[in-house]
Amino acid sequence: MGVNMDESLAITWRRIPERYRLEGSECTKCKTSYFPTRKLCPACRRKGSIATKMFSGKGTIYSFSEIYAPPAGFELEAPYTIAIVQLEEGPKITAQIVAPHPQVKIGDSVEAVFRKIQEDGQEGLIHYGFKFRLVK
Amino acid sequence: MILIVIFMAGIVGYGSYVPSFRIKPDEIAKIWGEEAERIKKGLGIQEKSVPALDEDSATMAVEAAKNALAVAGISAKKLGAVYVGSESHPYAVKPTATMVAEALGATPDLMAADLEFACKAGTAGIQICMGLVSSNMVNYGLAIGTDTSQGRPGDALEYTAGAGAAAYIIGREKSQILAQIDATYSYTSDTPDFWRRPHAEFPTHGGRFTGVPAYFKHVMSATQGLFEKTNTRASDYDYFVFHQPNGKFPLEAAKKMGIDTAKLKQGLVTPVIGNTYSAASLIGLASVLDVAKAGERILVTSFGSGAGSDSFALSVTANIENRKNGVPLAHYVAQKEYLCYGLYVKHRKKLKSL
Ligand SMILES: [Zn+2]
Repeated sequence: MGVNMDESLAITWRRIPERYRLEGSECTKCKTSYFPTRKLCPACRRKGSIATKMFSGKGTIYSFSEIYAPPAGFELEAPYTIAIVQLEEGPKITAQIVAPHPQVKIGDSVEAVFRKIQEDGQEGLIHYGFKFRLVK
Repeated sequence: MILIVIFMAGIVGYGSYVPSFRIKPDEIAKIWGEEAERIKKGLGIQEKSVPALDEDSATMAVEAAKNALAVAGISAKKLGAVYVGSESHPYAVKPTATMVAEALGATPDLMAADLEFACKAGTAGIQICMGLVSSNMVNYGLAIGTDTSQGRPGDALEYTAGAGAAAYIIGREKSQILAQIDATYSYTSDTPDFWRRPHAEFPTHGGRFTGVPAYFKHVMSATQGLFEKTNTRASDYDYFVFHQPNGKFPLEAAKKMGIDTAKLKQGLVTPVIGNTYSAASLIGLASVLDVAKAGERILVTSFGSGAGSDSFALSVTANIENRKNGVPLAHYVAQKEYLCYGLYVKHRKKLKSL
């Protein structure tokens, strides 16, 4: 029996490498890193060559926001922090900062952690992915 | 009957993880009108760990395994097998091991499965990996014990059921082995002391009287069986780690066997993090390996209700002196934030409407 899901199963499957272990890509010609993954380097175009790259998960807080009125499915976690993290390889990504609810400052060092993101109700899939933790 | 063979296998990496939330028995006792001091004394417990809302057996397993890979200094791609032991797998049907292997980057060239044997599925995973490594079926096997266990509100287990994970990488390369596994011996019988039926949220147990025929009988028979098979005795070991459902049972078992209880101290962590079920004896071993020196000998005995015990005799090698960076257990034990009972109920989703 099919179940009501927030995103199609095919999309969930495709995003597992990116969500579970921060897999993106790198242009081996100009050494630019991309996250999420890209099929073509916008700088080198057809002269470039894209390869899979696992990001280190290390980065710094570029910007952040405290969430007090969370979207459906995240009510229990409020208040929590959503941040734009600048990865050490270059790209910026948006993710949650894990509890205990920390005092975050711009420039703080963070590392990626594997956590539960959302559950499709009591019987559906459990979605996992990256969040970030402050590094002291 | 299990034959003791000389294993060409040992621990090449290990790591643990404990979530940072804690609750004290005082908070729980207040709700149920019990005497906190009597409970703390009776169970030998000061506080227990509680997972964050976004943590489960899979996420904790990944944290512990990343620490183990860092200590081993090997890439996840080299793992030939991943076994995850738990009594709180996130799904009833759908493996935890695949999620863990995927998050580590170990897929797809490996064998994997989930294991369940109450609190001893993690040590069962180590035995499987020993077999695979010694027989050259894989170069490295990863065995994990991980649990976010639940006690029924008001049940004695509520004071002790904690959360944590420990991961062990078993290999055969002499230059990489931190602790040689000299022997293993298991003692198993059908003894229903603790169980949970499908769809039941909380476990049922036979109460404290089951301690003697279940915990003590199996832990002591496995430990003494290993002494006998390896022709060793208590004085040959520097450290003992026993499954620790509370802070008292391991010490009582040691006394009954004439083992100096001071040798249990480093590996007895339940008093400060609670009973981490499948991870309990393995987190205790991690605590010992964090401080162990070359030449020291360790005896570990797990216990899983239902019931069985796995005993291991370990010899720490000189490689331990150049052990690579992992996060030591002490880091997780020290990092904590206390919850009141209300927030604990929210964390463990104990209200029907959550
Ligand atoms: Zn390029």
